[in-house]
Amino acid sequence: MSDKKNKKDTNPKTYKFDTLSLHAGYQPHKNAGSRQVPIYQTTSYLFDDVDHAAALFNLERGGHIYSRISNPTVGVLEERVASLEGGTAALATSSGMSAIFLTVMTLCEAGDHLVVSSQLYGGTVNLFRLTLPKFGIKCTFVKPRDTEGFKKAIQKNTKGIFGELVGNPGNELMNMPEIAKIAHDAGVPLIVDATYQTPYLCKPFEHGADIVVHSLTKWMAGHGSSMAGILVEGGNFDWMQNDKFPTMTKPYEGYHGLSFAEEFGPTAFTMKARAEGMRDFGPCLSPQNAWNVLQGIETLSVRMKKHCSNAEEMVKYLLAHESVAWVSHPSVPDHPDHELAKKLLPNGRGSMIAFGIKGGKDAGVAFINNVKLASHLANVGDTRTLVIHPASGTHSQMDEATLKFAGLSHDMIRLSVGIEDIEDIKNDFEVGFRAARKPRLVANQ
Amino acid sequence: MKFKVNGEEVFASTGGRPFDKNKPLIIFVHGSGLTHMTWVLQTRYFAFHGYSVLALDMPGHGLSGGKSLKSIENMAEWISDVIDTVGYKEASLVGHSQGCLVTIECTSRYPNKIKTLSLMGGAGAIPMNPELLSLAENNDPKAVDLMMDWAHGPAGHFGGHPVPGLYHINTGGMLAKSRTIKDTLGVDFRACDNYKNGFEAAKKIKIPTLSILATDDKMCPVKEGKKLADLIEGSKVDIIDNCGHMMLLEEADRVLKVLKNFITTNYPPKK
Repeated sequence: MSDKKNKKDTNPKTYKFDTLSLHAGYQPHKNAGSRQVPIYQTTSYLFDDVDHAAALFNLERGGHIYSRISNPTVGVLEERVASLEGGTAALATSSGMSAIFLTVMTLCEAGDHLVVSSQLYGGTVNLFRLTLPKFGIKCTFVKPRDTEGFKKAIQKNTKGIFGELVGNPGNELMNMPEIAKIAHDAGVPLIVDATYQTPYLCKPFEHGADIVVHSLTKWMAGHGSSMAGILVEGGNFDWMQNDKFPTMTKPYEGYHGLSFAEEFGPTAFTMKARAEGMRDFGPCLSPQNAWNVLQGIETLSVRMKKHCSNAEEMVKYLLAHESVAWVSHPSVPDHPDHELAKKLLPNGRGSMIAFGIKGGKDAGVAFINNVKLASHLANVGDTRTLVIHPASGTHSQMDEATLKFAGLSHDMIRLSVGIEDIEDIKNDFEVGFRAARKPRLVANQ
Repeated sequence: MKFKVNGEEVFASTGGRPFDKNKPLIIFVHGSGLTHMTWVLQTRYFAFHGYSVLALDMPGHGLSGGKSLKSIENMAEWISDVIDTVGYKEASLVGHSQGCLVTIECTSRYPNKIKTLSLMGGAGAIPMNPELLSLAENNDPKAVDLMMDWAHGPAGHFGGHPVPGLYHINTGGMLAKSRTIKDTLGVDFRACDNYKNGFEAAKKIKIPTLSILATDDKMCPVKEGKKLADLIEGSKVDIIDNCGHMMLLEEADRVLKVLKNFITTNYPPKK
């Protein structure tokens, strides 16, 4: 044999994204040979003896105690998402909102402060603006493109920076690498909601994020059948670098004097979120919903490619349409974050489009009421095309000033492009646009 | 806890219990480039069951100060110094991979000080793949990726961590990247490659010894582990099927069960 043939290939053979989407977190031979992940529909798990029970409660051994804390089916989902994100650990929750809440409550206590991007899903805005202050946690909102503003907003008691990588619904990007640097210079983690991207489009840990949260209900599952959320830990944040996180670094009364950072290092945050947060708040994911989400993740990359190609077709269609006033999508060359999007989202710019309909609110309402294929509902990331008028729907609980600060206008339609045949989506939109023009025609006459 | 050995600060996990000098001592010694955290699914059990535990961060690793020690012989002397520093006359040693070389050498030098020896993924010599050694010494993160690939069996590659939600390969990789790669992994790999005394040291060991080996271990294959065990008088061997070099995490429960039976029999806990 030649030297070349004799030379051992020293490239890592760890599994790649598409393989992990199908296999990560699960070994059939440990589950009666079942090729599909079993649904462990149980509340609790037998202890071998008293010593085994004590060892599980003391975190001396791994294993399951009660499905509020952990469940084998949910565990497969957690490992699968951790593997896809390049994270060390993950904790699945009952929804994306509970993943955010659990993240904040693991990180903060009364008297703490967070710096938060202003362009977020309406429910998240209300959590940070109205609900967290009831727990003594205050937030300063900064526009996502105002990178310097994030730095200025840092206070002595700031415990983290939070934002959606691509803001909902205006499609403004956070400059994640620069904002991560600001967070790390201040000794706090950057938490990124990457629901819109999924790890197929962007792995935030590669750009400086420390914790990633997802609503798995959206693109990760794709089928729109099940609520689910997850927090994923990057494992790179040094909780012991300062005295900002005593419940992570000091012997913690809430868990038998355990120092999570000392004992668990790169998985400390997830361990604390599970041991404390799931114990005390309990927003657990049902095994059935975990299984449903796993079915979606199996085809994640296939679906995301189609979502993105359909979205780019729809962008071209909308830009050329007489009834459309403006289109916001990071693929549009004059989008303010077009270049940043190329860097952060190399596999595709996502399938969320915001556009303004000529004729304002009335035209928007007429459009929404007349499309037939596109579904009018409060969700995104379904395999089916979805539309909503945020000012009267997802963000309707905001007052006028907050709407403006969140970058919303009354003519805005939020479009989540599905994976149907692109011509069928366009034909459906034509019906909607014709209906939207009618009130104006009547008014002109 | 933190304490000083030879003027340098050392960190050791005590397994979540206060360090108690009245209990028998078990010292855990990690593998190349890693930290005390690899032992979390063994140390906490012993700490809650009648032992004082020190899962050390070797000098220059994890949360310990100082620089990485450059030879296995120096590391063996350092372990002996740790035992003296914490005020003990004897201890049980548990080593993983490079930690096996260190504990074999230490046991052969201090036969009266070491009461039992437990080896996981051990061998009498660990010659390094030249490219892996070169990558580590040149601070290339690919060294960690390769090590994680070769060190893990099916549980590492597919998943199925005993602690729900944790993902083996990324967690191990993050531990190995927690300090500068060339200063930890690079120095450790060179020390392993240079060490030639393992088989001679093994012949001198007369205390109860356990070797835990794994069928899918590519770093220290079963046949190498058996070769070492055969040289140690009365050595026990336990082989885990379908498991890689990181057996202390991949098959944590099985390892704990075997380790528990061995240590409690040969070095009983304080009641």
